[in-house]
Amino acid sequence: MSPDLIVILTAVLAACGCGLIGSFLVLRKNAMLGDAISHAVLPGLVLAFLVTAGRNVVPMLIGATVMGLLTAWLTEALSGTRRVYADAALGVVFTLLFAVGVILVSLYADQVDLDQDCVLYGEIAYTPWNSLVIGGVNYGPRPLWVLGGVFLANVLFITLFYKQLKICSFDPQLARSLGINERLWHYLLMGMVALSVVAAFESVGAILVVAMLIIPGATAFLLTHRLFTMLGLSLLIGAVCALGGFYGASWLDASISGTMTVVGGIVFGLALAYNAMRRHLAQRLALRTG
Amino acid sequence: MDFWDLTLRFFALGDVNVRNVVAGSMLLGCSAGCLSTFVYLQRQSLIGDALAHAALPGVGLAFLVAGSRELGFLLAGAALTAWLAALVVNLIVRTSAIKLDAALGIVLSVFFGAGVVILTHIQKSGAGNQAGLDRFLFGQAAAISGRDVRLLLVVTGLLLLAVAAGFSRFKILSFDRGFAQTLGVPVGRWQFLLTTMVVAAVVIGLQAVGVVLMAAMMITPAASARQWTDRLWLMTLLASLFGMIAGLIGAYVSFLAPRLPTGPWIVVVVSLIFGVSVLLAPRRGLLSRMVGFIRQRRATMQDHILKALYRAGMASGVWDRGYDRVGMATAFGFLPGDLRPALGRLRRRGYLELVNGAYRLSAEGREEGARVLRLHRLWEVYLSRYLELPADHVHRDAHEMEHILTPEMEARLEELLERPEFDPHAQKIPYPERREPA
Repeated sequence: MSPDLIVILTAVLAACGCGLIGSFLVLRKNAMLGDAISHAVLPGLVLAFLVTAGRNVVPMLIGATVMGLLTAWLTEALSGTRRVYADAALGVVFTLLFAVGVILVSLYADQVDLDQDCVLYGEIAYTPWNSLVIGGVNYGPRPLWVLGGVFLANVLFITLFYKQLKICSFDPQLARSLGINERLWHYLLMGMVALSVVAAFESVGAILVVAMLIIPGATAFLLTHRLFTMLGLSLLIGAVCALGGFYGASWLDASISGTMTVVGGIVFGLALAYNAMRRHLAQRLALRTG
Repeated sequence: MDFWDLTLRFFALGDVNVRNVVAGSMLLGCSAGCLSTFVYLQRQSLIGDALAHAALPGVGLAFLVAGSRELGFLLAGAALTAWLAALVVNLIVRTSAIKLDAALGIVLSVFFGAGVVILTHIQKSGAGNQAGLDRFLFGQAAAISGRDVRLLLVVTGLLLLAVAAGFSRFKILSFDRGFAQTLGVPVGRWQFLLTTMVVAAVVIGLQAVGVVLMAAMMITPAASARQWTDRLWLMTLLASLFGMIAGLIGAYVSFLAPRLPTGPWIVVVVSLIFGVSVLLAPRRGLLSRMVGFIRQRRATMQDHILKALYRAGMASGVWDRGYDRVGMATAFGFLPGDLRPALGRLRRRGYLELVNGAYRLSAEGREEGARVLRLHRLWEVYLSRYLELPADHVHRDAHEMEHILTPEMEARLEELLERPEFDPHAQKIPYPERREPA
């Protein structure tokens, strides 16, 4: 595979994986929890680095998932005490975890191969040279394997538990009355979010992961009222962001992940305008016929 | 140099650099803390997060346009895009079905992405030395100069003045928008002013704590201050104070260990303040709630013991019969383990007497038991008469109310019900004997 193709494939997998699972965040009005988790995985990553003394995939995924779940749980526990509003609880938790992560990065800078640039921008452009070597055999670009695996896991998770996720997202009370353990699904979903975030983290950075989590889902949300269509559209939009980002970046001579996000913003803006226009037209039509 | 030497040097503030860092961190903590109060009460805590991220493209653009790293320019650019972001969030929420959380997430990541594009473009095109621009990302308090401090001082001063001058308006805006509207307050204009002030506070904080952690300074001071008070002015004051303390200690820690960045330490300190507030604040604090809960449970247990003994006495007419702990547990259905501490407390307060290893009611205990039983039965009468509940439905409710009713309420009930003689189960209600006035 040519290096360009590898980078494009990485971008598409990152955007689609995050977009798919992020659609549920948008539906559950939990989008900022995605933002929080994407920040809070940082200390988990650093700890995994320190413990295993290297970029091993499995400990990184575990560390980050634990931190993601911790964020979701702490936020809920804190707002459950009814001492702070839910949004403030979220803000307190993730900023603290991120601050701890930054401190750990600067404290162990010589042992942790994770600099501040990587945290912010990701290093998607270096993907082709980041090889997975097991027992001396080179299996090709590592991020591709990780992102591909997590993407498949997301697809599998959503296909297998489509019904549960749907009911829990649209009507948690109905879910509970049907005997579905709504809390369990919430945390499973957050676990998948954390997994997707950390897989994409290395490639696109902490903050731009948020874009990939929220923008495809939110854009699709504006265009359809059917969950299945929404998920399909989110995949399409993720791919558009990735491709637009790649070519836009080489045109602007700028960061790929940043450009992906800007393309996402443009796509969302178009959907917003289309949505507003459609509403406006529907209103006019209703006035004329009624 | 050892720890104490360093500490002394830091707090003596002799070093100009130290002075600048301390002043800068404290000023930013003060302005952000002060404004965080209103943002918190409007339940828009995460707007600070979005605004801080959205400032990044402004910094890059200002550098591209002006070609200099003059702080004033950069901050103006940052303020412009941050302010634009607030506008866009508002637009999305108003014109579509997208909720605030998703709107915030989209705006913060897209603006930040645009900032990253601009910064990387500057870096790669070699359009000049961009070093110093990325200090806005993570913050670099050590780079705060004397001129920066003066700028911070002016902005903070203006913000505090504006808060003081418009305090009553901001108050009504934060608590009850609809009410403000009916009073004829131009809500839109005041909200616009508040948003602009929040933008200003966020932007001036960026260089010390950075984009990502600025969000914390817009949330945590207010969330901490809220625990200590219900008064807005005090909450504003405390939030500013907490912000300043965090700034000072953050600067101190990174002075002790220069490898540790100031911004994250400021956030860690302010989070610690938050933790302490949530746990220890009087009244609202979790600890004080827990103590109150335990006290309430103890009082309930004691009431139940006195009531049970009193009822037994009333039924048999024998008042000097004593029960040992196990005997009492079996006679009245208590758990012996629950009884042990409660009996000790009742004896110390003089409600119970311990005679030959058996507890019995003292004169005060008899009065107190009568009071609890009276409250119980009065409440039953009240429920059945006014809510017209059947007699078999009133016991459980009365069982809880007997511990809560105050003497004033008791007097009201007695008057309202005309001092009934029997409860709905046709059991006699015990009244204290009327003492003749001396």
